[in-house]
Amino acid sequence: MSEKIPALDIRNVSHRYGARQALDNVSFSVAPGAFCVLLGLNGAGKSTLFSLITRLFSLQSGAIRLLGRDLQQNPGAALAGLGVVFQSRTLDLDLSVAQNFFYHAALHGIGKAEANSRTKQLLDAVGLADRASDKVRDLSGGQMRRVEIARALLHKPRLLVLDEPTVGLDIGARADILRLVRGLIASEGMSVLWATHLTDEVEPGDDVIVLHKGKKRADDSVASLLQATGAEDMKTAFVALTAEQDLAQGAV
Amino acid sequence: MNIQASTTGRLSLAAYFICLKGICWREGLRFLHQRERFVSALVRPLVWLFIFAAGFRQVLGISIIPPYDTYVLYDVYITPGLMAMIQLFNGMQSSLSMVYDREMGNMRVLLLSPFPRWFLLFSKLIAGTLVSVLQVYAYLAIAWFWDIQPPLIGYLTVLPALLVVGVMLGALGMLMSSLVKQLENFSGIMNFVIFPMFFASSALYPLWRVKEGSPGLYWVCQINPFTHAVELIRFALYGQIYWLALAVTLSCAAVFMLGAIIAYDPSRGLMALRGAPGAGA
Repeated sequence: MSEKIPALDIRNVSHRYGARQALDNVSFSVAPGAFCVLLGLNGAGKSTLFSLITRLFSLQSGAIRLLGRDLQQNPGAALAGLGVVFQSRTLDLDLSVAQNFFYHAALHGIGKAEANSRTKQLLDAVGLADRASDKVRDLSGGQMRRVEIARALLHKPRLLVLDEPTVGLDIGARADILRLVRGLIASEGMSVLWATHLTDEVEPGDDVIVLHKGKKRADDSVASLLQATGAEDMKTAFVALTAEQDLAQGAV
Repeated sequence: MNIQASTTGRLSLAAYFICLKGICWREGLRFLHQRERFVSALVRPLVWLFIFAAGFRQVLGISIIPPYDTYVLYDVYITPGLMAMIQLFNGMQSSLSMVYDREMGNMRVLLLSPFPRWFLLFSKLIAGTLVSVLQVYAYLAIAWFWDIQPPLIGYLTVLPALLVVGVMLGALGMLMSSLVKQLENFSGIMNFVIFPMFFASSALYPLWRVKEGSPGLYWVCQINPFTHAVELIRFALYGQIYWLALAVTLSCAAVFMLGAIIAYDPSRGLMALRGAPGAGA
């Protein structure tokens, strides 16, 4: 029964900053176990959507359900199953990697013993087991990202959302992060919403949502999108979908 | 790695305690990492005590007013004011760190916790208060050698007063941190809040003296919550409770706290108007 509940369900969500409409009646859902790529150029509304999902902004209209729990009515339960990697760095640079993990664990009510074993396990998984006692400040950009991803998994979320997690990383580190997250998803069986503007981060088995200027332009599997647009690759498909001619919303 | 079903969303009392402890622990670590903050927190009141009070000792005589049962030296008189000043600065500094956290994105981590937001802010407040209490006791320890020696029991009875005052001043700082958009704007607010609050209070001079000099200022001092914070500490340091000061301090703490909770609430607060902490749109 619970398998049928979407990991994330966005219903008719609109958001405006004063006169500017950042999101316009956006609806989509992320199926359990899916790797869903939210594709959009800068200013498409991805970060606004993330701020709404993570409850940093309040919903102006529409509804968001995380793992079947309404974010407005039951925020605590909804947030408990959510792991987040923000676009901006959110680690405390003056604390060690392990201290950052303990703090995060405490914020989720996880005691020291469990936090300890979980920290070891996760740092091992991201290949940074030997850096636990190093200050975050001393890590490279790619390592910090890996630490942030591992930290987001500390409380065993069922849904992981990542807002442009590869931004600012070189090609090698970018490939590392992608491989890492896809590997973790396979082993931990959770759902992922991966926001990016880079079409080469999409893989054939993924679901793709194209967001453009606050509107949803497409919501389908990679194969269906390629077929519908007649494109040979995701990049061409994305260009076609975000072209300025007025595509009917969700037409693809 | 094996992942079981995630939490049910119900958090036990023990989990609340773990969260509070974790927030206090982080605040303590940050404080320890910022040695200069500790040193300046200690040096500031000591400069007032060693230099300012020493100079004014001859000018200002303090008559017998409660809670003192004898004439006291000026240094003894201003000690509770300096204790409150430590807490005032600490409250503002904690909130300064909240603005920093907001700019750096750390605030997002705090606000993503499944615990109720009021509890997270309250925990942050408690953490800041505990740090300020440590600073006050460090100051009292040094002041002991300067012949500021309240009754021994006073060291214990002043603790609840310090906690209440710490929460009030911390909540005020938190409320202000929500109003400040950028770190750079903070110093202005510090000047407009810390100095007027400190000088227009009973920290440096007894209010009957102020009344003689300027009835208007006396009135301002009376409605200044910091005056009541100072008096609460002054009486508690001598094992007495000044009920009016306690009531005012507690009420102000509640009002400031409520304001801060509203300000940090995404649906009602100012964050929505300003954009999410540490984020671009």
